[in-house]
Amino acid sequence: MRLNGRSLGITAYLVVLILPIYWLLNMSFKTNDEILSRLSLWPHQLTLANYAHIFNDPAWYLGFLHSIEYVTINTVISVTVALPAAYAFSRYRFIGDKHLFFWLLSNLMAPPAVYAMPFFNFYYSIHLFDTVWAVALAHCLFNVPLAVWILEGFISGVPREIDETAALDGYSFPRFFVRIFLPLIGNGIGVAAFFCFMFSWIEQLLATTLTTVNAKPIAAVMTRVYSAAGMDWGLLAAAGVLTMIPGAVVIWFVRNHIAKGFALGRV
Amino acid sequence: MEKAINNRAWFFVLPVLVFVLFSSLVPLMTVINYSVQDTMGQNNFFFNGIAWFQNLLDPTTDIGGRFAAALVRNLLFSFVVLLIELPLGVGAALCIPRHGWKVGATLVLIALPLLIPYNVVGTIWQIFARADIGLLGYVLTHLGIAYNDTQDPTSAWATILVMDVWHWTGMVALLAYAGLKSIPDAFYQAARIDGAGRWSVFRNIELPKLQKVLVIAVLLRFMGSFMIYTEPSIVTGGGPGESTSFLSLDLVKIALGQVDLGNGAAMSLVYNLITLTICWVFFTVMTQLDRRKDV
Amino acid sequence: MATITLDGIGHAYPSRDPGEARRYALKPVHHVWRQGRAYALLGPSGCGKTTLLNIISGLVTPSDGRLLFDGQDMTHVSTERRNIAQVFQFPVIYDTMTVRENLLFPLRNRGVAKAAAGARVQEIATLLDLVPVLDRRARGLTADAKQKISLGRGLVRSDVSAVLFDEPLTVIDPALKWELRSKLKAVHEALDMLMIYVTHDQVEAMTFADEVVVMNDGRVLQIGTPTELFERPAHAFVGYFIGSPGMNFLPAVLQGDSARVADAVFPLGMRYATRSGTIRLGFRPDYATVTTGGEGVPVAVRRIEDLGRRRLARVALGGHELVATLPPGTTLDGATARLHVTPQHLHVYVDDERIDGDTSGGAA
Repeated sequence: MRLNGRSLGITAYLVVLILPIYWLLNMSFKTNDEILSRLSLWPHQLTLANYAHIFNDPAWYLGFLHSIEYVTINTVISVTVALPAAYAFSRYRFIGDKHLFFWLLSNLMAPPAVYAMPFFNFYYSIHLFDTVWAVALAHCLFNVPLAVWILEGFISGVPREIDETAALDGYSFPRFFVRIFLPLIGNGIGVAAFFCFMFSWIEQLLATTLTTVNAKPIAAVMTRVYSAAGMDWGLLAAAGVLTMIPGAVVIWFVRNHIAKGFALGRV
Repeated sequence: MEKAINNRAWFFVLPVLVFVLFSSLVPLMTVINYSVQDTMGQNNFFFNGIAWFQNLLDPTTDIGGRFAAALVRNLLFSFVVLLIELPLGVGAALCIPRHGWKVGATLVLIALPLLIPYNVVGTIWQIFARADIGLLGYVLTHLGIAYNDTQDPTSAWATILVMDVWHWTGMVALLAYAGLKSIPDAFYQAARIDGAGRWSVFRNIELPKLQKVLVIAVLLRFMGSFMIYTEPSIVTGGGPGESTSFLSLDLVKIALGQVDLGNGAAMSLVYNLITLTICWVFFTVMTQLDRRKDV
Repeated sequence: MATITLDGIGHAYPSRDPGEARRYALKPVHHVWRQGRAYALLGPSGCGKTTLLNIISGLVTPSDGRLLFDGQDMTHVSTERRNIAQVFQFPVIYDTMTVRENLLFPLRNRGVAKAAAGARVQEIATLLDLVPVLDRRARGLTADAKQKISLGRGLVRSDVSAVLFDEPLTVIDPALKWELRSKLKAVHEALDMLMIYVTHDQVEAMTFADEVVVMNDGRVLQIGTPTELFERPAHAFVGYFIGSPGMNFLPAVLQGDSARVADAVFPLGMRYATRSGTIRLGFRPDYATVTTGGEGVPVAVRRIEDLGRRRLARVALGGHELVATLPPGTTLDGATARLHVTPQHLHVYVDDERIDGDTSGGAA
């Protein structure tokens, strides 16, 4: 009986979760005529025109490419620089280590809105404005500390004896780090990369503030549907559906580690 | 085992330092710079002392009143968000299946809203809540409920709350699930043998073991809801009137919309400081309370 | 307080392939656990001892047989209603409670009157030396104190049918193991309860239990007192699992009242009928001595190990290595020596099972 209660609970939760997403999906396959004329629970005049439009218009698909570009750059940078730092925090004590760690985490607590204005000025003055690099670097503000936090948790789970054994076996430190250590924390790297990807992909305030034309992310392109001719709802819905796909794909790969990744950071 | 003292570890930390400083220090200095200057226009700045701050923190001034109202609104919002999302997330985590293919499928579905860009979340709910083409708005209106998220402040608040719950409860659930998974079976078996009921198992085994992850959940959800910007800006644009104008929305309106740099910068700093302070207080209180009980 | 009967209890996980024989985690066993006695389930990990324990506590429902508590069928009764107590490998304590509340918990859940419960907690806490920490929060205590709380929770109900221990000393510091083990023994004597103790440590099993059940590979091999297990191992596995070092086994050919190993002949003191199957001669190193001269079979000396308390000789007989005791004061000169084993300590195993000879015939 208890089992039934549990399945019922989770089913209800998931249905509520899926409903708005389904509605978006439903709408993306409808013509604007159908959307505006009546409320239908599934597309009666199924059409792929909305998707075709996106794939044929460079403004739309370039938006996707820009988003993927800066997210990838950011993820690579964040995980790469965070790895040695996380190792240091996990293995050594050094002057100012605790303060430094807290300062890093405090960057996670900074509202992006606070940085929107100065970032705009700053990246403009160093001629990075409207490039994918501006967004990738700006997202480092929260993604680097996050990656350090997650990786530190995973690295602390690897016994320190392994480091010492490798040193005794005559491994130089860089060789040990690359050949032995990195494979050991493979899961951790995956989880950290996933979180960096996720937060960079979903963040919009900075991404839209730092770009105008050449590096405009897909999310910003979506504002194009607010045209003088009224809303193009079908197109908006199709673009929305497409933005969910990368996330859904990535999450499938880390589904077994995601829960662990959330809980491993030290507090 | 004690960690080795090694100050050369700073070299390992250096890249992180460079990247984060690049992204945080220069902009922060810009903000500080603006916050103590005024401009006559045309890049002509002069030192203005703490006047912007005095203005901002005095609720009788125009900007001060606006800031205070947004702060109260935002605190209330964060409070309600925590009040709903924590129990709901823990409840959902307790219901997640424990074995088989259903586990992976459920986790992926629960995490799905977390991976949707903020403005798409806004768009989804903007559409979903419309009385003409959205399922939610349509159903509510046809049930005779006076619902209109662009005209009625209560509807607008409710929509934003439901949207945030929809968007982020999954994170609390995933955290709680991770915490629950770390409890060895022996604890449940022992409780059965000791004759404990379901509530007793939750109260005496599950809840204490969840404490650590719940601290993270409270912090993350407080931060997230206190900094919320994109979703309400799309769904309600801060309205109707000022009713859903939270701190970030207000700040962006002032700093980027009205290009009021002095007020914007002062507000940025105070806002950031408030966030940091509340997080620190939360963290300290939650960990200290717990330790004190040990002695 | 009960006597527990295992009536053909066995457990097999359902096989996916219907043609395939069922794989038994525990092969069917008949046994009676008597009220007031202490039993140990001994065997290497994966031998099925924990499965057997979980069947008794109700965490696992057996696929075969019936489980009787005082003659009453309990096979399908839930854990809560079986009225047993169990102590796990790792300390299970309720973090938020004090030590006293932890100990009271099983009593409270069963509605024991406050005064009686308080008195019982006091009694158990005294037995386990927990009185000084009774009002401390359980979470801050050391691992062995926590495990004592777990033990206490297992012992606090006076009406339980049995107390089950699942390798309870695993996490305890070796220095404290001895103390806790004797504490448990004392508790058993004081409380008159049926206790079943699972372990892979023969010393723990032999000191704690009145009777030891030796298991391997899902099978109960022998049930007996520590002395019986040592003197007359019913199965070759019992021979080398118990005792340190374990029993010597040599492939042998039976010749009436003696056994021939390679070129050497061991008189058995009993007549054995010729058997088919693998025949081996088993004897404990403790009962085999090596000397320079005198009677016995000639062996090649490989190595002497001085353990301080006693000395062992590793010797070879026709290519088979074995261990024997070197009597105090003996020195071996040269590479050969003589091995002597008294006939009553020689055992014959056919396909790993010990067989008895015919005593009435006697030695010819």
